[in-house]
Amino acid sequence: MKKQAKFGIGIGVIIGALGFLAWLGYGESKTYYHTIAELQTLKASARTQRMRVAGTVTAGSIRRLSGRVDFVLEGEGKTLPVSYIGSDPLPDTFVDKSQALVEGRPGPEGRFVAEHVQAKCASKYEAAPGGGDGAAASSTQRSSM
Amino acid sequence: MDVFGSFALLLAFVCAVYAFVGGIAAIVTRHPLLVKSTRQAGMATCCLIFFATFSLEYLFFTDNFSIAYVVSHSNRDLSSFYKIAALWSGMEGSLLFWSFLLAIYVLSVLVTYRNKNGELMPYVGVVMAGVQIFFLTLNNFVESPFKALAVPAADGVMNFVARADGNGLNPLLQYPEMVIHPPNLYSGYTGFTIPFAFALGALLARYPGEKWIHLTRKWTMIAWMFQSLGIMLGAHWAYAVLGWGGYWGWDPVENASLLPWLTGTAFLHSVMMQEKRGMMKVWNVWLVFCTFLLCILGTFLTRSGVVSSVHAFARSQTSSWFVGFMGVILLVCFGAYLKNRDYLKSENQLDSVISRESSFLFNNLLFVVACVAVLSGTLFPVFSEWFTGDRISVGAPYFNRVNIPIGLLILFLTGVGPLLAWRKTSTESLKRNFGWPLAIGIASGTIAFGFGFREYFSLVCLILCAFVATTILLEFYRGSKVIRARSGASFAASAIDLTMRNTRRYGGYVVHMGMVFVFIGLAGAAFNRNVQKDMQVGQTMQIGPYTMVMQGMDTKPERNYTGQRMLVEVLRDNKPLMMLYPEKRHFETTEETGTMVAIYSTLKEDLYVVYAGTSPDTQLPVLHAYLNPLVKWIWFGGVTVVFGTLVALLPNRRSVLVLAGAPQPATQPLPHAVPSSAALREGHD
Repeated sequence: MKKQAKFGIGIGVIIGALGFLAWLGYGESKTYYHTIAELQTLKASARTQRMRVAGTVTAGSIRRLSGRVDFVLEGEGKTLPVSYIGSDPLPDTFVDKSQALVEGRPGPEGRFVAEHVQAKCASKYEAAPGGGDGAAASSTQRSSM
Repeated sequence: MDVFGSFALLLAFVCAVYAFVGGIAAIVTRHPLLVKSTRQAGMATCCLIFFATFSLEYLFFTDNFSIAYVVSHSNRDLSSFYKIAALWSGMEGSLLFWSFLLAIYVLSVLVTYRNKNGELMPYVGVVMAGVQIFFLTLNNFVESPFKALAVPAADGVMNFVARADGNGLNPLLQYPEMVIHPPNLYSGYTGFTIPFAFALGALLARYPGEKWIHLTRKWTMIAWMFQSLGIMLGAHWAYAVLGWGGYWGWDPVENASLLPWLTGTAFLHSVMMQEKRGMMKVWNVWLVFCTFLLCILGTFLTRSGVVSSVHAFARSQTSSWFVGFMGVILLVCFGAYLKNRDYLKSENQLDSVISRESSFLFNNLLFVVACVAVLSGTLFPVFSEWFTGDRISVGAPYFNRVNIPIGLLILFLTGVGPLLAWRKTSTESLKRNFGWPLAIGIASGTIAFGFGFREYFSLVCLILCAFVATTILLEFYRGSKVIRARSGASFAASAIDLTMRNTRRYGGYVVHMGMVFVFIGLAGAAFNRNVQKDMQVGQTMQIGPYTMVMQGMDTKPERNYTGQRMLVEVLRDNKPLMMLYPEKRHFETTEETGTMVAIYSTLKEDLYVVYAGTSPDTQLPVLHAYLNPLVKWIWFGGVTVVFGTLVALLPNRRSVLVLAGAPQPATQPLPHAVPSSAALREGHD
């Protein structure tokens, strides 16, 4: 066999295998971003997807109940009631009027069921260098390797 | 001082433009005085940037709260240590800091080569000035750090005001490592400008390939070292401050710092192909171009929040500037390549699949594939929005699935590559070099399996780590044995002597060893555990061999914040071990809270304890404990990598023994002749 062909096959196998793994990982972890306004117009099939929704926490809306925390997010003139059911305590930055990013799925009766919450205080700071937005915000959990 | 600073910046911009335009004129006319004056303009640019940076620091230290940037990032009670760090805590300051670090590199290059490489340097100077012009444009006209604080009055007119105190520094940044992490990472980002300038300059000037590669080797390694250190410190900061128990979350900003590191590492390896065999010239040039582009992209991602933000792409003016700049670089690089690509013709062909060349080829392939995978994952939200209208992000499972196998393959090549011969490797040499390492690798894997080790990737990683570590140690052992036989010195002294004769090769092995340590630490992540509990005084919580007893709470007011601590006694196997104080800090000026993690770290495992807040149900403090095996190896590996790079940067000591022995070979017959030793063979690095 020619040398070039050997190298070609080797390279092809490596890239093919890694591409397959990438596709698997993509399927496992893809998350949609939606705005609060978009969420209300989604088709039924799209409502079962895992998604992230961002908004501002309505002042005075945080209710700490047993086993969950309810609050309301607002953005673009719309509101979204959210129930956080995760086990981790909410981040320090999660307060009235903070910007929050919730991750989970839309539940029954228009209520969003969140498993993770990230929060950032309203524009008092810029993102940290080397830490960026992801770091400047605190969250209930981050996935790691 | 703000006026002085902004004038210095403006003047720096003018000088940089002169260095750029005059430099082009100097290349065209070849007038020696013009060459000299543009070089000096380049130096002046750098000094002016230093002035501007120092004046911004001066404003911080004198608590000048009439400057918007100082107000947003400092306050009177902030300690001087953090006032230094406040410089790069926001957009404007970071960009000035970029210019500052770049100026250090540019000045060093201009001074070092002021009387050397006359044909190449004007080109290099023009490229460097071009990059400086971009950042100085941002510093002067887009994101000026010297803007006075102005607020609109009742009639809508902007009035300048001075505040009594500032908003303070983000609590997350008030941590010692945050003072050294950004300078390192930014030194990496900016440092890759130098190899880029040489590569592009050499291509434009049609300068001999081996020469520019040789000239940039040192600069690339310095940038690479800072980049590695920056990534390590960032990971450690995330681990020790963010309090989520991990060090790497595949966050866009983390990924941004990894991308140029991947291509930079590929470049450090593939240059050897060009030096030894005159191959991969096109590839090398493009690797440098891509590395530099990824540095700019990294700075852009870090500063703009394009990806992590949930809003649409490119709102700020700065984003457009960055995208435009990357477009210009790409065009220039492509143009230069198309014009002079005939000069990059390869001198040799690949001979065999089992050869040094092919190991480098696969090493590069893997690094670049890893880079592409991380890059596409990071930018996925942006691209998916462009093509489908939906903003979709991918998370850790995507990155891990691709990068863990790549990492293991690269680890394998780390062991195999350096011991394969150029062109073609004989079966006999394979047996000699890999017999023991393979045996030890498989033996350690079997032992681990016997002890109930069932995490597949970690097991492979462990086997490979044992294999690679053995190959490296064998190399040191064989080389030292030869020297010891002749000098009679101890093994340690012989090993040092050996290293000093070929710093590049043995420094490289030390770097590889450091990476082995890092991989050992990464393998531990498969066994991470954590528990969480609401803790009443006297209650206990168990994780692994550790028992934590809640002893109480205390509050300690400090100058800039109030700390609330949990007092946790730790027992190991029911014997008292130590106290840990996980803490929450409340910063009065900003109404913000920061977390201080308490860590008990051993080589075997870290006990990582977080005061995770107050439970909504019981109103009791929540203790979150993680048991993370082997994490310390990662930091230890990082230090080893930096040490190895420093060794590789040292100049070679000529082999004194050979020179001294050479004149009288007859009187001192040497039983172990030098040439027969694989370790001391020339050109083997």
